[in-house]
Amino acid sequence: MNLLRLGSIIVKELRQLRRDRLTFAMIIGIPTMQLVLFGYAINMDVRHLDAAVLDQANTARSREVIAQMATTEVMNFERRVATPQELDALLRSGEISAALILPPDFEARMERRDRPAAQIVVDGSEQVIQAAARQLAAFPIYDDTGWTRQVAGVEVVNFYNPERRAAVNTVPGLVGVILTMTMVLFTAIALVRERERGNLEMLIATPVSPWELTLGKVLPFVAIGLVQVTVVLALGELLFDVPLRGSLGELYLAALVFIVASLALGVFLSTLARSQFQAMQMAFFTFLPQILLSGFMFPFAGMPVAAQYAAEILPLTHFLRLVRGIMLRGAGLAELWPSLASLGVFIVVMLGVAVSRVHKRLD
Amino acid sequence: MNDDVAIHARGLTKIFGALAAVDGLDLTVRRREVYGFLGPNGSGKSTTIRMLCGLLRPTRGEIDVLGCSIPRDAEALKRRIGYMTQRFSLYEDLTVGENLSFLAAVHELPRSVARQRIDELLERYQLADRRNQLAGTMSGGQRQRLALAGTVVHKPDLLFLDEPTSAVDPQSRRDFWDSLFELADQGSTLLVSTHYMDEAERCTRLAILDRGRIVADGTPGELLSGLPGQTLLVETAEPRGAQRALQDLPGVMALAQIGASLRVLGRDGADLEARVAERLRSAGVAAEVRPTAPNLEDVFVAATAGRAKEAA
Repeated sequence: MNLLRLGSIIVKELRQLRRDRLTFAMIIGIPTMQLVLFGYAINMDVRHLDAAVLDQANTARSREVIAQMATTEVMNFERRVATPQELDALLRSGEISAALILPPDFEARMERRDRPAAQIVVDGSEQVIQAAARQLAAFPIYDDTGWTRQVAGVEVVNFYNPERRAAVNTVPGLVGVILTMTMVLFTAIALVRERERGNLEMLIATPVSPWELTLGKVLPFVAIGLVQVTVVLALGELLFDVPLRGSLGELYLAALVFIVASLALGVFLSTLARSQFQAMQMAFFTFLPQILLSGFMFPFAGMPVAAQYAAEILPLTHFLRLVRGIMLRGAGLAELWPSLASLGVFIVVMLGVAVSRVHKRLD
Repeated sequence: MNDDVAIHARGLTKIFGALAAVDGLDLTVRRREVYGFLGPNGSGKSTTIRMLCGLLRPTRGEIDVLGCSIPRDAEALKRRIGYMTQRFSLYEDLTVGENLSFLAAVHELPRSVARQRIDELLERYQLADRRNQLAGTMSGGQRQRLALAGTVVHKPDLLFLDEPTSAVDPQSRRDFWDSLFELADQGSTLLVSTHYMDEAERCTRLAILDRGRIVADGTPGELLSGLPGQTLLVETAEPRGAQRALQDLPGVMALAQIGASLRVLGRDGADLEARVAERLRSAGVAAEVRPTAPNLEDVFVAATAGRAKEAA
C-alpha cells in the first residue's frame, strides 16, 4: 500500500465525480426526493376517510356521539343514509370506505352496557383503513355521569411515537434505504466503469495494487455517504421534526459502519459484473430484498421465520435496528452491539471475497 | 540470460477455448531495438504483447523480460515497462495535465520531480497549450501523443505499443515514429505492433505474425533479400483483364492491382517472366512485363500465403 498512489486515485476519482454532473446531482437529489416522497406522500396516518352515518336512533345523545366522532377528522361524515341497504351500496361502489351505525336501541344499549352501542363498518380490502377503524373503536363515548366508557377492553399505549406520525418511523429507516441505494450502486458502477472504458488495461500494467485501486475508488464514497446522512437528518429535523433521542456521534458511527458494509457489497458486485449496465441490474437485485425484508416496509415480527433468517444476512436489517434504537428509543451502541457486530462480519466477508477476486490480469 | 536481450520468449502459447491465439511463438528482442510485429487482425499481436507485460497468463511457454520471469515477476516488471494500449485508455474526463500527474503518482514520482517531468513531456509532445483541455475532447493525433507521454512518464526501459497509429492521419504517424526513434536513441527498447507496411519498414527488426505464429523475422533488408520468389510489374491498359488471365497461372502466389499496373508475386523459377508474358499474349491483353524490386508487402504475402496453402 503506497499512500502517494492511494491519494492519487482518490484525487482522480473526486475530479471525475465533479465533472459527472448526473452522479453529483444524484448524491444530493436522491436523499432529498426520497425524504419528501416518503415523508409527505406515503403517509400511513389515515385522515378524512369518506364515510356515511346511519343514525337509526336519532336521539340527542346519538347526534352528540356523531359530532364527537366527527371532530377526530378520521372520518368525514358527508353522507347521511336511512337504510342499511343504502350503506351497503355505497361501500361496494367505493364511494365511502367506512360507516358509523347507531342502532334504534342505541339509548337502551348505552344504559345496559352489555352490547356495543355503536358499530363501525369498514372496507376491509384496505389494510390501512382497518388500522384506522381500530383507532376509532377506542374512541371514548361519554355517558351521563361524565365518565368515559371504553368500547375496547384493552388499552393501547404508544411509546416513542405517541402522535403516531409516520415520518418519525420512516425517516430513520430512510437513512438506511438511501445509503443502500446510492452506495451499492455508485461503487459497483465506478469500479466496472474502469474496465468498460478500457482504463483498467492501462492501470493493471502499472504498479497499482488491487487494494490501492479498490480503496482509492471507495473512500470518496464514504465521505459522500456521510454527507447524505447529514442531508437526511437535517431535512428530517427541519421538515418533520423527527427526534434524535440518542447520541449524534454514535449515530454517525453506526452510519459509517453501514456505509462501509454497503460499499463492500458494491465492490463485490463490481467483480461479478462485466458492464455498468449489469452492475446496475445487480445492485437493484440486492436492493429489493433489503427494502422488503429489512423491516423498513413491513414489520419484521410479522414475517415468516425463513424470511427473518434471510433478513439477518442483509446489512439494512441491522442498520435499521441501530438507527431506530439510537434516534427513537435513545439507546446506546453498548446495548445495540449485536447489530453492529453483524455489520462488521458482513464487511469482513464481503471485502475479503471481493478483493480476492480483483486480480491484475485480463484473463 | 544475456544482458543485451530485453525480451526472450520460447514456445509461447495462449489458447482461448478451442482457438490458439498464439501458437508456440519464439521471440528474441535485443535492447535498443525498435522491434515490429506485423500481422493482420487476429494474428495474435495483442495477445502476445499482453502476455509479455504479464496481463495475460500464457497457456504454455517461457517468458523472460528484462531479467524478470513472467508471470512470476510481473509486478516487479511493471515498474520498468510502459504499455500503450490499442484503444485510448487514459481518462477522457480528466484534463491532459490531470492524466499525466495521475500517472506520475501511480509510478511513485515525487511531486517536484513529477512537475518537472510533466512540463518536459507537455513541451516535447506539443501539448503545452492543451494542459487544461479534457482528454476526451482532443483529436486522434493529440490523444495519441498524450497516450505516449503517459506511457513514458516514468522513463521505462521497455515500451510495448499495440497498434499505436491505427486512429491517426499520415502526418501524425510520421511524427509519432520520429518520437519512437528518439526514445530508442535515449536507450529504450520498443516493441510496436502494426499493420502498416511503411511503419514495419522503419523498424530495426520485425516479425511477421500469422494466426499465432511468427512466419518470418529479421531486419527489413534481410526479409526482402530472403524473399523466396520474385516480383513482376505488369503495365497494361486493362489491369483487370490481366488479373483474370493470370489468376490460375501455376507459380503465381498473389496479384494486386496498383493504379494502372498489376503487381505479380510468383514463386522462384527463371521462366516466370516469360510465362506471364505468354499467358497475357494468349489472353489478348496488351501489356509490358518487367521485374521490380520486392517490398515488405510481398514478403508479408509470400510468408502468409505459404501457410494458407498448408492450412487448405
